[in-house]
Amino acid sequence: MPKILSKERLAQNIVQIEVDAPMIARSAKAGQFVVLRINEEGERIPLTIADKDPESGKVTIIFQEAGASTCYLGSLEVGSEIKNILGPLGTPAHINKVGHVVVIGGGVGIAEIYPAIKAYKDAGNKVTTIIGARCKDLLLSEAKIKSITDELLITTDDGSCGRKGFVTEILKEMLEDSSIEINLVYAVGPVPMMEAVCHVTAPAKIKTIVSLNPIMLDATGMCGVCRVTVGGQTKFGCVDGPEFDGHLVDFKELKARLSAYKDKEKIASDHVCKLAHL
Amino acid sequence: MPADRHKIPERPVADRIKDFEEVALPFDLESAKAEAKRCIQCKKPKCVDGCPVEIDIPAFIKLVAEGKQDEALAKIKEKNALPAVCGRVCPQEDQCEKLCILGIKGKPVAIGALERFASEQPSPSIPLPEGEGSTKVKVAVVGSGPAGITCAADLAHMGYKVTMFESLSDSGGVLIYGIPEFRLPKKIVRTEIEYVKSLGVELLNDVLIGKTLTIEDLFKDGYKAIFVGSGAGLPNFMRIPGENLLGVYSANEFLCRINMMKAYKFPKYLTPIKIGKKVAVFGAGNVAMDAARCALRLGADEVKIIYRRAREQMPARIEEIERAEEEGIDFHLLTAPTELFGNENGWIKEAECLKMELGEPDKSGRRRPVPVPNSEFRVSIDTAVIAIGNKPNPLIPQSASDLKTEKWGGIIVDPATQMSSIPGVFAGGDIVRGAATVISAMGDGKVAARKIKEFLNV
Repeated sequence: MPKILSKERLAQNIVQIEVDAPMIARSAKAGQFVVLRINEEGERIPLTIADKDPESGKVTIIFQEAGASTCYLGSLEVGSEIKNILGPLGTPAHINKVGHVVVIGGGVGIAEIYPAIKAYKDAGNKVTTIIGARCKDLLLSEAKIKSITDELLITTDDGSCGRKGFVTEILKEMLEDSSIEINLVYAVGPVPMMEAVCHVTAPAKIKTIVSLNPIMLDATGMCGVCRVTVGGQTKFGCVDGPEFDGHLVDFKELKARLSAYKDKEKIASDHVCKLAHL
Repeated sequence: MPADRHKIPERPVADRIKDFEEVALPFDLESAKAEAKRCIQCKKPKCVDGCPVEIDIPAFIKLVAEGKQDEALAKIKEKNALPAVCGRVCPQEDQCEKLCILGIKGKPVAIGALERFASEQPSPSIPLPEGEGSTKVKVAVVGSGPAGITCAADLAHMGYKVTMFESLSDSGGVLIYGIPEFRLPKKIVRTEIEYVKSLGVELLNDVLIGKTLTIEDLFKDGYKAIFVGSGAGLPNFMRIPGENLLGVYSANEFLCRINMMKAYKFPKYLTPIKIGKKVAVFGAGNVAMDAARCALRLGADEVKIIYRRAREQMPARIEEIERAEEEGIDFHLLTAPTELFGNENGWIKEAECLKMELGEPDKSGRRRPVPVPNSEFRVSIDTAVIAIGNKPNPLIPQSASDLKTEKWGGIIVDPATQMSSIPGVFAGGDIVRGAATVISAMGDGKVAARKIKEFLNV
């Protein structure tokens, strides 16, 4: 059974773990994710691959303790074994040399943009990164991102670090600045943030890639719970995605579908809290 | 005149709809012997021609009649790695029993029920090949459903070193995630998997071929031949407006949540499911019956099967249709949904349907349903399950550009050898046939194992 090799609490509710998964570490590419299950009773939890090391066989996952299963995962200690980890899943990011790419990460999405920044850089692009969080303490992986991106811009909702406000405000100013040419925007974060980014880039007709997180079950194309409407067509988030052209995504439907089990969440959380003595 | 066919006992409806325990019960010894004695032991048994895995049916039935249940099971196992499964889910009425000579004037021998009876005991130990026959040659089997299990077991018997890859945590494929407990207890599937393991087959779960490893990786890892039995896992949708409303499930999702993730035990098991009071299942195959009967067991007040063709054309086994009817599933035939409507929160509340009538036969030979003009009406529902079939999952073909596929996604094989366009890569079951039966998949696995031996020539 796959073992948790390291664990680090990056912020109050945000945890980074490394899992021993050599086959996944060898084949994972930017934009892909894993599905893991803590134990027999556990859900299948889809989580973005934040980093991987083919040499040591480690896969890095960063997650927010947002519900029952992720809280349970966050309670596990180094050395714990989980039931399984499957991956890499999803279509890898299509990385080309396009010129200037603006990569945007919001919330826990900040932790997930590192592989994309690296891949866009490796392909010969200039990369500007904008990260945004509620407050300074939630700005993750800042140093790691700074080490590879050409430019790093920061916003916080409370102004405790960088500029006070949202990532979209910086993006808007960049678009209004005629001296800056942007060829592609890549955004990962909470759905309202990705939607807002798309609202900003759509009038300027700048291609915008978003990484979606619909509810998933098997995550191999079998169940279809992750369906999203993209350009009027139904796509499966797990195999056709997770990355899509943001200007074509039906965000309203995505938000509704993400709310499917909201009312079950409290029951599940109470159960897990008892179980894990949280 | 031979005696009347003995009916397999079933649990009373009032009991069985309250739980997921098995509905059909095994014959007792006396009924089994009596039923076995109905077999007239034809010199040229037609029933065997109807069996995709070539079981020596009269021989095992004779052993049952003589009270030698263990020898009967050993006889079946010579050809069939999964008798407890086949005795339950094979469409015998379209295969062996259809060709039984007794069926001409009366009712055929209950071959399926006898196979199940024979399987109700510990598996006989079949000696493993050793020395001369055994080789160190590695063969990969992709998918652990009926095709994969059969192929892996046969290859192990031939002495190959077999690894069976499975993307899910539990082996068994559709037998685990698809068919519900009340029709096929998971304990039985696990026993059969243990048997395959006992033959020396290595199981590698949570590995998705096409993603974790490619076909090319498998050859690089030293596998000399590969059998792909990855099934038809991609659900079809109806392509009507409203299908992405909340409360609309594919049958795969619905059954996976229940069978595989045990959502009915939430929150002990953390995967949730929401089943309303008024459930509609679209489609009328075995999967549709399974979904409808699951919904009933999970507390739905009304469960409807909505199907655009007529009763005679329903693809499900007659036995399953009858059981669904007995349990109170409401059949709305010659009815096709045209649109689904939701409430303000995006949850399904109604389906608009059209009445249909039968027209000329279509390509499948079945009379095509044509809409009755101005026959629209609305049905109030709060849960919908779409059970109109599956397509092959494209992950493997997408990751192996030399692998030739049909337009609909199936892997193209040479029917004589089961070999695909890539030398050494064989395929069978639903990935080749489209959605078919457990037993036809097993038949493919069996032929492929033989052809792999010829191909490897060791």
